[in-house]
Amino acid sequence: MTQARSLIAAACLAAAGAVQAQTSTADGIAQYRALLADGNPAELWEIKGEGLWKQRRGPRNASLEACDLGKGPGVVPGAFVELPRFFADTRRVQDLESRLLSCMQALQGFDAAAIAATPFGRGEQANLEALVAYIAAASRGLRFNLPQGHAEERKMAEVGKRVFFFRAGPYDFACASCHDAAGKRIRLQELPNLTLNPGDGVGFAAWPAYRVSSGELWTMQRRLNDCYRQQRFPYPGYASDASIALGVYMGVQARGAVSSAPSIKR
Amino acid sequence: MSDPMRIRAQAQGGGAVVRVLMSHEMETGQRKDAAGKTIPAWHITEVSAALNGKTVLTAQWGTAIAKNPFTEFVVKGAKAGDKITVSWVDNRGDKRSDEAVIA
Repeated sequence: MTQARSLIAAACLAAAGAVQAQTSTADGIAQYRALLADGNPAELWEIKGEGLWKQRRGPRNASLEACDLGKGPGVVPGAFVELPRFFADTRRVQDLESRLLSCMQALQGFDAAAIAATPFGRGEQANLEALVAYIAAASRGLRFNLPQGHAEERKMAEVGKRVFFFRAGPYDFACASCHDAAGKRIRLQELPNLTLNPGDGVGFAAWPAYRVSSGELWTMQRRLNDCYRQQRFPYPGYASDASIALGVYMGVQARGAVSSAPSIKR
Repeated sequence: MSDPMRIRAQAQGGGAVVRVLMSHEMETGQRKDAAGKTIPAWHITEVSAALNGKTVLTAQWGTAIAKNPFTEFVVKGAKAGDKITVSWVDNRGDKRSDEAVIA
């Protein structure tokens, strides 16, 4: 009896300790991010990306300055917060990365399929990361406002929603298993609720981001790739329609959120 | 070829605050690759800063410094319009030097 009571008391103490540790850890991570924010190495990718945007490259020796990101050829500021969107020339809803692939193929003569098949961080994929950082940074501080006027855009939002809630795999997991409520965590990492606007610079509005732990700049496609790995799912494919649809769904939910991308992550 | 540094220099109270972001792998030589082979050390060994060509800071760096390092320092007596030059040398002998004008 006495033993049982002391066990319960010990368990209660341990639980209280855990709650305390949780808040102080979250505060600690927030403090750590604030300290790092001033020297966010994502800026290195931004500089590199700006150079790549203007540089004449590829088999056709052309720059990307004629690339239409949705606001007209060559218009970069404000483009990121309205992506993914429908593009009449490709007849597809495209996110930033799939759009850049189209431009690199059409303008510069690169093989888009070969770039999509390249592992993250290598070859032209590394250049794509820099371009994404540059284009995202040009919309920093603006509010997400994905267009939903075209039927294809509304269809992709609905497809994305279904992909988001689709449970399968060895863990019977969906994106929603972790991201449909506030206050969930993976280890110490707090997870945003992506079924609604999680707030300025949180969730969809925080990517691409520099990850300190790996020293890499992660684009949205890479972020999704790793989410699927954590779910033990096969990855739907770089710049695939399923990954773009997820982007449309999250982007529409995040309407009005201020973009902090490229941000800094632990 | 190394990527450019990002240097911000701002006049502040009789001096200037300089913030430098460098692009470097900073490999410690302690890690192993997927095949189990040691990844050779590759890191910045010397950093120096000059104000209008006159050296104002030198530092010896090693493996304890993070990848893509960020450093911040104050230069006394610097004023807006002065030129700050930051340079590094790594253990492979690669060099990089970038400039910024104090704002």
